[in-house]
Amino acid sequence: MKAFFNYIKEIFAGFYTLLQGLGITGKYLFTPWNYVTQNYPENREKLKMFERFRGEVIMPHNENNEHKCTGCGLCELACPNGSIEIISKSILTDDGKKKRIIDKHIYHLGMCTLCNLCVRACPSDAIIMGQKFEHAVYDRSHLTKVLNKPGSKIMEGIKE
Amino acid sequence: MAFSIYDFSDFAQSVHESLSSSLPPVWTTVIEWTIIGILYILFVALFGLFLVYAERKVCAAIQQRVGPNRVGPYGFIQTIADFIKLLMKEIINPKGVDHVLYNLAPYIVIATVFIIISVFPFAPGLQSFDFDIGIFFVTAVSSVGVIGILLAGWSSNNKYSLIGGIRSGAQIISYELSVGLSLITMVILAGTMQISGIVNAQADGWFLFKGHIPAFIAFVVFIIAGTAETNRGPFDLPEGESELTGGFHTEYSGIKFAFFFLAEYMNLFIVAAMVTVVFLGGWQPLHFGTGNGFNAAMDLLPPLVWFFLKVCTIILLIMWFKWTFPRLRVDQILTLEWKYLLPINLFNIILMTVIVLLGWHW
Repeated sequence: MKAFFNYIKEIFAGFYTLLQGLGITGKYLFTPWNYVTQNYPENREKLKMFERFRGEVIMPHNENNEHKCTGCGLCELACPNGSIEIISKSILTDDGKKKRIIDKHIYHLGMCTLCNLCVRACPSDAIIMGQKFEHAVYDRSHLTKVLNKPGSKIMEGIKE
Repeated sequence: MAFSIYDFSDFAQSVHESLSSSLPPVWTTVIEWTIIGILYILFVALFGLFLVYAERKVCAAIQQRVGPNRVGPYGFIQTIADFIKLLMKEIINPKGVDHVLYNLAPYIVIATVFIIISVFPFAPGLQSFDFDIGIFFVTAVSSVGVIGILLAGWSSNNKYSLIGGIRSGAQIISYELSVGLSLITMVILAGTMQISGIVNAQADGWFLFKGHIPAFIAFVVFIIAGTAETNRGPFDLPEGESELTGGFHTEYSGIKFAFFFLAEYMNLFIVAAMVTVVFLGGWQPLHFGTGNGFNAAMDLLPPLVWFFLKVCTIILLIMWFKWTFPRLRVDQILTLEWKYLLPINLFNIILMTVIVLLGWHW
């Protein structure tokens, strides 16, 4: 007889716990406007990403098409997975000295882990982290970028 | 043509008469069959897609997410886009499958769904089959679906599919018993197995209220067993993603996978429609007694709307507990059936018989 009562008790206890669970999820189900996730940012023009957001590595140029990169190659050394390739060339300056300048700063976004080490390694703050977050392209080759713009020069007063 | 949103039998009759006045009887029959077939295919496709969408939204709401919201307003066209994607996918025949059975299995599953759906009365006059043995027919045909699932699991040449199929077989065969017994409980109350008869008997109150305690027990048992029979959570062992990848439909792709997917959701509809017909009065509006003002007010809503309102409520309930409860183990599922649902059901049948014999129901 005791076993029988325990059986009945078990059924009701089971239903009670199940209803408790249903109560919790029901609270969420019937208030669908209280969600914790975020919608995809559609307001791309007005969107302000937060300061430390790491979208991609970019090299800012000023209005005279000048950048700060000296071609020292420290970012290439700092990169843990070889996403950066520095191709430098040497030119003769006006006073007859040989000088190394950047030819191509090649950046493979597809390999980049956005770890920020290159930005921290850069002695002249030539590269920073950009704010762009939509990187989808139709071909993998589009993910390989040359960061210094064609015809750009180094800014005055940036030392090695 | 006489067309009324409240009663379709005149409309169906007038269509039949206008067809048979201009065509020989054979062609009339063929055209009527074609029209009905196309209507059912459209219904299954559209309502199945709607259910997939609803499931994703309900799941999202329970998990405090937003759910599909990119394609169309509130993501409403998302599942149609998904379906088109599935249609255009390559149909892969894996190495070593039993080609005949492998290709047959999805059609068995989807055909079962069509056969069962044909029994439900959506509104007065909107029912294509009305058997004397409607309830019995539904329980009999719904167990054919498991053959499709077993075949799919067996012929896929994949151990996970096989385990999924076998689990599904074990589960459906045991829960069929509870489904059948809880339906028998209500058949005792109704006194008929004809579906239109059952619906008409609920014109002055739904069986859930008329049969009070035993009807409510049968209602709960039927929802539990019906969920288990459709292989939905928390009884979704046959396709438990974490251990069996996709269960019996792991090896299917493209349109054949879509068939399994649609059949799964239409089985959900079938369970909900069965609950609606047997416990909640089918298309009958909410009535208490006869001929009072409350009944007249409830009659304003068309029967079709009432039917789908009830079906959608039950579907919401089933989805709600799918996304609440954790998945059961195999032994727990069988314990639940054989040690709890079956004894309760047998007791419930006796209780219902006593109540019907003593006339203690309304």
